[in-house]
Amino acid sequence: MYVAVKGGERAIDNAHAWLAEERRGDPAVDELSVAQIREQLALAVNRVMTEGSLYDSDLAALAIKQARGDLIEAIFLIRAYRTTLPRFGAAHPVDTAKMACDRRISATFKDVPGGQVLGPTFDYTHRLLDFKLAAEGEGEAPDAPRNPAQEGAAPHVTGFLNREGLIQTEDASDATPPDLTREPMELPAGRPLRLQALTRGDEGFVLSLAYSTQRGYARNHAFVGELRIGAVAVEMDIPELGFAIEIGEITLTECETVNQFTGSKTEPPQFTRGYGLVFGQTERKAISMALVDRALRWKELGEEDQGAPAQDEEFVLMHCDNIQATGFLEHIKLPHYVDFQSELELVRKLRREAAQTQMQEAAE
Amino acid sequence: MSDYNFAYLDEQTKRMIRRAILKGLAVPGYQVPFASREMPMPYGWGTGGVQVSAAVMVPEDRFKVIDQGADDTTNAVSIRKFFERTAGVETTEETAQASVIQTRHRIPETPLNEDQILVYQVPIPEPLRFLEPRETETRKMHSLEEYGLMHVKLYEDISQHGAIATSYAYPVKVEGRYVMDPSPIPKFDNPKLSGCPAIQLFGAGREQRIYALPPYTRVASLDFEDYPFDPSKADHPCDLCGAEDSYLDEVITDDAGGRMFACSDTDYCRARREAGHAGPRATAQHEEAGA
Repeated sequence: MYVAVKGGERAIDNAHAWLAEERRGDPAVDELSVAQIREQLALAVNRVMTEGSLYDSDLAALAIKQARGDLIEAIFLIRAYRTTLPRFGAAHPVDTAKMACDRRISATFKDVPGGQVLGPTFDYTHRLLDFKLAAEGEGEAPDAPRNPAQEGAAPHVTGFLNREGLIQTEDASDATPPDLTREPMELPAGRPLRLQALTRGDEGFVLSLAYSTQRGYARNHAFVGELRIGAVAVEMDIPELGFAIEIGEITLTECETVNQFTGSKTEPPQFTRGYGLVFGQTERKAISMALVDRALRWKELGEEDQGAPAQDEEFVLMHCDNIQATGFLEHIKLPHYVDFQSELELVRKLRREAAQTQMQEAAE
Repeated sequence: MSDYNFAYLDEQTKRMIRRAILKGLAVPGYQVPFASREMPMPYGWGTGGVQVSAAVMVPEDRFKVIDQGADDTTNAVSIRKFFERTAGVETTEETAQASVIQTRHRIPETPLNEDQILVYQVPIPEPLRFLEPRETETRKMHSLEEYGLMHVKLYEDISQHGAIATSYAYPVKVEGRYVMDPSPIPKFDNPKLSGCPAIQLFGAGREQRIYALPPYTRVASLDFEDYPFDPSKADHPCDLCGAEDSYLDEVITDDAGGRMFACSDTDYCRARREAGHAGPRATAQHEEAGA
């Protein structure tokens, strides 16, 4: 009898035990190690770090293992852990112009100072299943040919355009950017807050919004001015020392798009920019983010509001977080029988009244 | 549980939440933005309520959690367990014994007292949300006290259906000022909101809002003079305890359309049965339980 059931607690415990068993899968198959996930599922790890807003590949790999490969669940684990960590300070802004690039491409120029570097990309692979990977034991580890690393900094491609005044200038600011993990989101949001939300935003959601701009919903033809992936140093002021030291290195993907712009009442004809920055090698997300960022800038550039979803700051920012979205979506699994009961009574009442009206009308 | 602070949240976060609560109590019915934290349970599953409970809880508290009026529904069990683990507070199922009660979708039948805090889990704190999806607009409407849209909606209900077609999360006006969403409680519970001796706190985690009703706040359900508010419920006594005044769940008992009605407030029903009250199907119920 449902009403009298007192088994909720036992049912939960049993469900968790079953989940643990399913997570492990067939015990005859070797258990996956966290290091294997970190090394061999690195792009999944990168996504979890980016949307989890925590740069720790071991923890991200652990979360993926615990979440049985459900990346949104893994991101959730990382977020819930992250929020318990104390803040001991803020780093200096990273200097991506000094990035040690593994990959650096520009679609706007055939060649650029510093060179085009393809890096480890799927781009020109033929998507044919490689059955050799299915064979147990790959044999020798693959070994790519090596070149000595480029010397010197690789300047940003958009900087070349700026010298001619062809691209809109981004004014530097020393203002502390808002932190949406510490302050409630307030709208309208400035660009720093928007970018922060997009970096954390769901890859699929941001990708689809970006795609919608390409298909004409606030179309703003984007060229990939530059996409670069590589390691940058993180520096931080240490109060006891009185100067900044390097506390580590993180890998980032940065994308700057160059967008057509024919000018508006307030701005001359020039190229405009969209910007994407994410942890690890996560280039689909970085490019998507840059396109959506550009679409959201219509107001400051004096463009027309076409009513497109990607232009709508409140729509984008309030719905891009997959942890919020999945939580609220899945909460409809929870019991709602009290609300449903009140709806039942209402529908019955309205039907009774409608039937009475019909009978009356028929009698007349 | 030495790994986490008392009641999970760190003291800085609790302070931030307490400030929002105090502001909410000072401006009854006003939605105070707060920097909701990611909790180790999903958004939409009571994270707002959990954060409010964590912020008001002290080690001496006795904690009760209900979902749909019941202490033993899965999510209520899960939240109670969370605080047993992270705060080590005593828990109870008896409404009268609890000092902090977290609830989803119900107000207990047993009247509350001045020593109690009732914490509501709120999915969508904005009563105007389904009339105007933009937060930027609805905040303006609240500040200008522009609630015409809501009255038009209620009026259209009456003109189309002959009655106000809202049966839960029925909007209320607080002290003649803010229109407030009472969370998805059945409208049957609305009268209990008004003049309540306990502090009532509302937490919406995903939407980052807290609002509050201080004790003895005047709360009126929106209606019209010729269509007064009607806190209806199923026209039955409880089949188990015979109560005529409690909100009932309808339970399907077989596949031939058989059903029974039982108190949604499981503690209220149990206490009445223990005091010797019996509904029409009380005996059959006992036999079933024994079998």
